[in-house]
Amino acid sequence: METESNALNRRDALVRLLRVAGASAGAAGLGFWLSQHSFRPEAALATTARRGHTVTPDPALPEMAIIHGEDPALLARQAVEELGGMRRFVSRGDVVLVKPNIGWDRTPEQAANTNPDVVAEIVRQALSSGAKRVIVTDVSCNEARRCFQRSGIAEAAQRAGAEVTLPEPSRFKDVDLKGEVLREWQVFEPFLNVDKVINVPIAKHHALTGTTLGMKNWYGMLGGQRNQLHQKIHESLVDLADFVRPTLTVIDCYRVLLRNGPTGGNLEDVLLKKTLVASTDPVAVDAYVAKAIWDLEVASLPYLQIAAQRRLGSYEFGKLRTQIKTVS
Amino acid sequence: MRFPKPTRLRLYSQIFFFTLFVWLLLRTEFRGSFRDSTSEIRLPYPIGLFFQLDPLVGLSNALAGHALYRGLLWCLLTLIPTMFIGRFFCGWICPLGSMNHFFGSMKSERKRGKQLLESNRYKRWQTTKYYILAAVLMAALLGTGMVGWLDPFSFLVRSFGLSVLPATNYTLQATLGVLEHSRFALVQTIGGALHFLLGAVLLNFKQPYFRQGIWLGLIFLIILALNLRVTRFWCRALCPLGALLGIVSRLSVLGLVKNPEHCNDCNRCLLRCQGGDDPVGGVPWHQPECHLCLNCVDECPESGLQFKFFPTQRTAGTNLQRRRLLSGLAAGVALVPVMRSTPGFAAAKDERLLRPPGSLDEEFFLSRCIRCGECMKVCPNNALHPSLGEAGVEGLWTPVLIPRLGYCETSCVLCSQVCPTGAIWEITTKEKGWSVDLASAAKPVRLGTAFYDRGRCLPWAMATDCIVCEEWCPTSPKAIYLRPAEVIDAVGTLKSVKQPYLDPSHCVGCGACEHACPVQDRPAVYVTSVGESRSRSNQILLNRRKT
Repeated sequence: METESNALNRRDALVRLLRVAGASAGAAGLGFWLSQHSFRPEAALATTARRGHTVTPDPALPEMAIIHGEDPALLARQAVEELGGMRRFVSRGDVVLVKPNIGWDRTPEQAANTNPDVVAEIVRQALSSGAKRVIVTDVSCNEARRCFQRSGIAEAAQRAGAEVTLPEPSRFKDVDLKGEVLREWQVFEPFLNVDKVINVPIAKHHALTGTTLGMKNWYGMLGGQRNQLHQKIHESLVDLADFVRPTLTVIDCYRVLLRNGPTGGNLEDVLLKKTLVASTDPVAVDAYVAKAIWDLEVASLPYLQIAAQRRLGSYEFGKLRTQIKTVS
Repeated sequence: MRFPKPTRLRLYSQIFFFTLFVWLLLRTEFRGSFRDSTSEIRLPYPIGLFFQLDPLVGLSNALAGHALYRGLLWCLLTLIPTMFIGRFFCGWICPLGSMNHFFGSMKSERKRGKQLLESNRYKRWQTTKYYILAAVLMAALLGTGMVGWLDPFSFLVRSFGLSVLPATNYTLQATLGVLEHSRFALVQTIGGALHFLLGAVLLNFKQPYFRQGIWLGLIFLIILALNLRVTRFWCRALCPLGALLGIVSRLSVLGLVKNPEHCNDCNRCLLRCQGGDDPVGGVPWHQPECHLCLNCVDECPESGLQFKFFPTQRTAGTNLQRRRLLSGLAAGVALVPVMRSTPGFAAAKDERLLRPPGSLDEEFFLSRCIRCGECMKVCPNNALHPSLGEAGVEGLWTPVLIPRLGYCETSCVLCSQVCPTGAIWEITTKEKGWSVDLASAAKPVRLGTAFYDRGRCLPWAMATDCIVCEEWCPTSPKAIYLRPAEVIDAVGTLKSVKQPYLDPSHCVGCGACEHACPVQDRPAVYVTSVGESRSRSNQILLNRRKT
């Protein structure tokens, strides 16, 4: 009987056979299952991007306000007031995104970024109109933290109660912009799915189009290779403006960078214009400021014509109901 | 309350200084502040503290520059107490020493029982560090700062800042990414909370990348792993700072006194000896090797070992051999001319050797730069990288600006603030002269000059609008100017585009154009070092306009 203790009994043999059968069946099953799931990897598209943030027009109110005066914050307050007050644009519980230009590592005096007082005033008004959250952000060109700090906008906006959001590299989403030249692009997440968008650019010189105003400010929501956009700048501008369709555009012309834009740097290039132009029509406001400051006709700014064709607004700013005021 | 044991106190001190070191290194970064909008951005903490406490850096700086740069006088705080009591710095403060201590205490197959006791006895090869010290000091005297290749803080900042911390950031970001994109709301919340917490102390705003990061990391790992063979191999055999402090400690009035009546030859004092300085009976104590860790005193069961002031027992010294010392000195003497008699230093300088703003002219730069990597760690655009060949063998790991990876930020002077030795001389934003009125600044700092590769430039070669380089050019008036041109595209259409040109009298060589160029792999505009303001000879123009 001793030989039997070394030999394998039937039961053990069966167990071992079952084990090896189970393992091989598992491996084969997993292999077949995985082979069914092979596909070319592609980045997922954000499907929930909201397009358009406009409010219904009111024929009784002006469509554009041009305010002159000494105090940037006061100009912003008056401009919004003339257009019907912030309550017209921001409803209780809204999430509002305020988009200044925080593109460059420059101080407010150098006029490469939006005036911090103007941004802060817009934030305050949005909050007092019942906004749940007001986000202030931009995708800077220069190093973002330096831009946010040295522009003075981070400090001023946060003091006014806004959430200041730095363009963190991990927070970009691929979005189908459904434009004519711009399709899938990286968009900074806070720009997606907010209720209202207020564009607060600064008027600056730019060598390619002559000037950079409201519609060019939407470059600042993109990540990725946005330096390619200049190759079809007019079509790109319209595609972006069509995607966002802002609630309100407030162009800061308090200090205007007349030359060597959009970076500037030299105080001799800055004109103290002490003006602010606000409008619900993003096309008209660009056309007006281009004409008023640089004497540029619509013919030299093709993007305005394309935008008008796509019904984003009208470049015939003369036909808008306009309120001009001087505050002191 | 019982007063803690001296070895306990030493442990606390090591933990404190190691934490301080890592914390200061983590703060060697501009993190931005929403509560502050000063025009001049500076780092609030004394991030160069450990370099300032390092007498080796001080001595090398003094030999090379015949003076002590800003703050290096503090190294007397280390040097003078060492003269009185010995190498307490190595045992109690040095963060690299503490890391070696930690890894040296790990269990290892190679260090058990008799082998461990044997490995902790004094060895002749421990004198190597003195010869290294002789060589690097000689080289410093002849004008090259290669002391930084082996200075413990240069080594640690370089390894941690350019390899360990970036890798840590990558790991954490990847993990947080998985958590935050989880399908479960709870996991997402935990990920978000962790992100917030880690973001405040550890995470970088942007993932830093450094050329040679992997090699610097591997060298670091090898040094740590050597502890598994020989406890604190680095400190015993290689560290030139340890050697300097060892030599100085010969003056010390504190010493280990062995009491032969109490000794029963149990050898326990050797068990945890850090310096390999023979605290055992029967042989003289090697004073310059001792780190004052006090483990031997703690371990002795008969209380036969004591540190006493003005000991009368005979002790052993550095044990140097004249012939080897002369060889060390000769090596230092020979290295410099050999390294310099290759083209690169004076003749045929590498065109891509772009130095950080404020850098001294190459000769002075190389004599002071200790290759520590502080400037690379602090650069907000990740623009500075350890050089491999650009500055020759002599300039290995000195900082070089690579515009494709990052350009030099207009108003930023942080690299000049953190440089411990003045290789990058401290400048202000105004002295840099890029973002202020150029007419009022005397002369802007220039890193080089940009050039166009018209065969790759969109408006020049492809009949396409672009001018991103001009948009980014930070000077005013801009160094890049445009001329309208009529071009014919591939299908024969006449188009009007703006073609960029460069005005070398305004270019500061910041590299923003090269960084922003959409022709990513080999940009159509690139910066070379010619025209750099630190050099008198590396110039193009006969007269550079003042503005």
